[in-house]
Amino acid sequence: MLRYTVKRLGSLLASLVVASLVIFACIEVVPGDPASFMLGINAQPDTVAALREELGLNRAPHERYIAWVSGLVTGDFGTSYTYRSPVSEIVVERLAISLPLAIYALSLTILVAFPVGILAATRRGSLTDISVMATTQLGVAIPNFWFALLMVLVFAVNLRWFSAGGFPGWDEGFLAAVKALTLPAIALALPQASILARVMRSSLLDTLSEDYIRTARAKGLTARQALRRHALRNALIPVLTIIGLQFSFLLAGAIIIENVFFLPGLGRLVFQAISQRDLIVVESVVMLLVFAVIIVNFLVDLAYAWVDPRLRSRT
Amino acid sequence: MTLLDVQNLVLSIHGTSVLKGISLDIAPGEICGVIGESGSGKSLTALSAMQLLPEGSDCSGRITIAGRDVLSMREAELCRMRGADIGMVFQEPMTALNPVQTIGHQVAETILIHEGTSKAEALSRAAETLARCEMPQSRFPLDRFPHELSGGQRQRVVIAIAIALGPKLLIADEPTTALDVTTQAEILSLLRRLVDEDGMGLMLISHDLAVVTGLADDVVIMKDGEVVERRTARTLHRDMTHPYTKALFEASGHQPDRTESRIEEPLLKVESVSRDYLLPRRTFLGAHPKMRAVDAVRFEVRRGECVGLVGESGCGKSTLTRAILGLERVQEGSITLDGRDVFAEPDVRRKMQVVFQDPFGSFNPRHRVARLVSEPFHRLNRSATTDEVDEALTSVGLAPKDKHKYIHEFSGGQRQRIAIARALIIRPELIILDEAVSALDVSIRAQILDLLVDLSVTYGLTYLFITHDLTVVRSIADRILVMHAGRIVEQGTTDEVFEAPRDTYTRRLLDAAPKLPV
Amino acid sequence: MTEEGLFRAALRSRNLVVGNLLAAAFAIGALLSFFWTPYDVTELAIATRLQAPSGVHWFGTDHFGRDILSMIMVGAQTSIAVAIVAVGIGMGIGVPLGLAAAARRGSLLDETIMRGNDLVFAFPSLLIAIMITTVFGPSALNAIIAIGIFNIPVFARLTRGAALPLWTRDYILSARVSGKGPVRISVEHILPNVTNLLIVQGTIQFSLGILAEAALSYVGLGVQPPTPSWGRMLADSQTLIAIAPHMAMFPGFAILLTVLGLNLAGDGLRDLLDPRIRNAQP
Repeated sequence: MLRYTVKRLGSLLASLVVASLVIFACIEVVPGDPASFMLGINAQPDTVAALREELGLNRAPHERYIAWVSGLVTGDFGTSYTYRSPVSEIVVERLAISLPLAIYALSLTILVAFPVGILAATRRGSLTDISVMATTQLGVAIPNFWFALLMVLVFAVNLRWFSAGGFPGWDEGFLAAVKALTLPAIALALPQASILARVMRSSLLDTLSEDYIRTARAKGLTARQALRRHALRNALIPVLTIIGLQFSFLLAGAIIIENVFFLPGLGRLVFQAISQRDLIVVESVVMLLVFAVIIVNFLVDLAYAWVDPRLRSRT
Repeated sequence: MTLLDVQNLVLSIHGTSVLKGISLDIAPGEICGVIGESGSGKSLTALSAMQLLPEGSDCSGRITIAGRDVLSMREAELCRMRGADIGMVFQEPMTALNPVQTIGHQVAETILIHEGTSKAEALSRAAETLARCEMPQSRFPLDRFPHELSGGQRQRVVIAIAIALGPKLLIADEPTTALDVTTQAEILSLLRRLVDEDGMGLMLISHDLAVVTGLADDVVIMKDGEVVERRTARTLHRDMTHPYTKALFEASGHQPDRTESRIEEPLLKVESVSRDYLLPRRTFLGAHPKMRAVDAVRFEVRRGECVGLVGESGCGKSTLTRAILGLERVQEGSITLDGRDVFAEPDVRRKMQVVFQDPFGSFNPRHRVARLVSEPFHRLNRSATTDEVDEALTSVGLAPKDKHKYIHEFSGGQRQRIAIARALIIRPELIILDEAVSALDVSIRAQILDLLVDLSVTYGLTYLFITHDLTVVRSIADRILVMHAGRIVEQGTTDEVFEAPRDTYTRRLLDAAPKLPV
Repeated sequence: MTEEGLFRAALRSRNLVVGNLLAAAFAIGALLSFFWTPYDVTELAIATRLQAPSGVHWFGTDHFGRDILSMIMVGAQTSIAVAIVAVGIGMGIGVPLGLAAAARRGSLLDETIMRGNDLVFAFPSLLIAIMITTVFGPSALNAIIAIGIFNIPVFARLTRGAALPLWTRDYILSARVSGKGPVRISVEHILPNVTNLLIVQGTIQFSLGILAEAALSYVGLGVQPPTPSWGRMLADSQTLIAIAPHMAMFPGFAILLTVLGLNLAGDGLRDLLDPRIRNAQP
């Protein structure tokens, strides 16, 4: 188990290094001179020179990369050109919305998908199964930002149960904040829950046709016992893969959904930064999101080993 | 008193009739062998007794176990009966155990769900049961996972699961088919011992006449969903009356007519060949440990000969086969065909072809037979003419028009004929038969063996016959090589090896092989 | 199964028929819009803005008075074009990579391809689009590249995963005995046997591509005005949703039904082409 963890940790670090190189190359090297890019074509030469000095652009790219990465490691993300404040402060502030939103949505996804998928698999071919399959088929096809708009129309504009957007801040009380995140989380979770429920169902059906389920039935387990004691854990293996992938879709989706609900999260920040050509902010936020995806996939790998003893002993 | 009594069992699955009135009975302490080729309905008979039939099954007739009517039981009663009164062992030990649970838990579960004992007690009884199945705690602690065990060891765990509560009846469905000969012998004697100790009835299902007649008291022969004959095992060969039984018996011990036509000139020479594999590192930066798959192997195959290479799984015969075919380099030694090195001069490889075991995996399902059969012409840098394809198909007993079909339109035996046609088409001198008849039913196997003998005469072929099955090589080989742990431990003429084996491993192998009564 | 039998089985599959009809409806709408639309989508008519659906404008008009039905027809062009090219990029690069990785299993090449895949997977297409847009500015081409790049590892993994078990088959050994090399075996024996899977995954990625294009256009990283696109139309509808909900309804349903159609077709195809399921039917 230790060997496995160490090996995964190694590949985690390697991924982070390569990802940071890619991001650095795309954002700081490809555009040529970031300073004049950020200031636009009408900038005065001395303002550009001042910004170059401020950003340390006069150094060689590899020195800048090392400076950037060591900054990231120590929590210094640089200073935003437009906000004139440390990027780390802005990001932490925005993360206080985006992270809870992603976790909220992922929890909803799992809480809905697992029971629904299991129910459909155990009652294969029944009316329940058919309606689950039909509903999830719709859920997969629906664009989540459109679904968000529809929810705004129904629950905010017509029924007035929720506000149409905005975020009161965590200071206004936990419940108010959660309430503001509820519609966005549902919008994010619906397509992912539909996908996960379908994966859960088919994985469970595959597992239920395995030989060891027959062995379990032959020792006198009821169908339900065989499902609970033997099928579920094995069925979880492909489901975990999907959950890992979904986290990155949730993060990406959150960027869009935040725009529907005017939530001041990382997504809003990114779009503002793009329109203001604030490369420093874009670079940091993209790195942070990629970091999150890589960490989650590392956790999924560890979860694999917890579920599947074959991984623990091998390599 | 009978233990299992099946009367006029009729079964259909999705409307297709599978069992057409089966009747059989088993007494306590009796071993009843059920024999049949694939599709005879022998496994479904067993699953009917367990009431673990596939969806869409419709079962009627009468099945009683210790006087209780199985077909009228509700599901809850059936669950109480399964595992407690009947245990079942399946064919494929590699997949019959839950990969994510320890063997201790899987055995203990039988006890837990039926008797509601404490977990600790269930585990300690599981340990005893495993020990009875020759899986002592000192070597196989309860917290082992299935993937850490070999096939034979896993099958013992499956048996332990089945007998943990001392059932009255044990059903074993092809319990040794997936295992090596020596492991098979061990598992069979384990089953015999458990039956004797516990006095339970055993229903032993197999396609292998020799396995069943060696162990069973009574033998039931099934064909196409019907019981054609029931006899005492020991005297089956004298008492049998049904033509199908006789045909099965003849085919199992089938001896093709052969005339020796060997020339004392070596065609294939394998000289001091060794092949190592690197295993994963044990420590983080340590060196890769090595595993010697083939160890200083040397032998010759002479023109016109049929040489049998016998060994159990993992003995290195697959690696050796691939090396001879030039597909895998060796670290030491040389392999020459007709005096030319197979690695240095790939051209010479056109003189050999291969026929594999699996009639289903041997062909690309998307190509027609004509294209499949003519593939070896790639070596000659030309395509096959229609005449050549037709002749190859005709020579293996198929029709030229079959070349337009796809492979899924053929039965297992026909596919093996097509595989032979493919090997034959560029007129090789040596054909390597890699378990070429192992997956076939005995009657089909007998036909293919006859075909191989005919072809060797017609086309002057030399065979290297690689197999785990001693019976088969005995009937067809002139000389035999026995391979064990990467080495050739014995070689000699077929009679020498069978009558006076010198090596201890060979003797073990011969003792373990199930024999038909003569 | 013969070709004719396959065709009959296809007609029996409800998923496949419904899915293909839905997808075909949008494809036909898109093709038609090259020659004719009910109204000109570049013409602004402020006088008739924000009209509810009626006999004159079946799907109503938007805040510039443009006909929504016409815009949806033209928008279908964008969606389909982006999705086709993105799937093309994914397949064109991903499939050869997957075949090569499987042919050289465990080698440095395999390891590099697979680690590269993992890396691309860490960049959801939206992040790729964000990076490209930051540097080069928003455009439809960016959307295509972003979605296409994300499709590469999807196809590479799928192909490798499906090819690996094939490489252990005896017919591959047999081809090697006949002297065929890895490239030839990949093309002759591996590719034809993974095509079914690729077609099914292709439809799925196609529908995901349409969803992704809509999302990118919605946040302004994709197709730029005045080119109509479904995502853009939804973005425009957002501030007016209380007074003109029809502006949000029709483009949304267009996306939903197209994606639904493609997914149904994909499911139907998979069932049809999977011999395990097909052979189970009498």
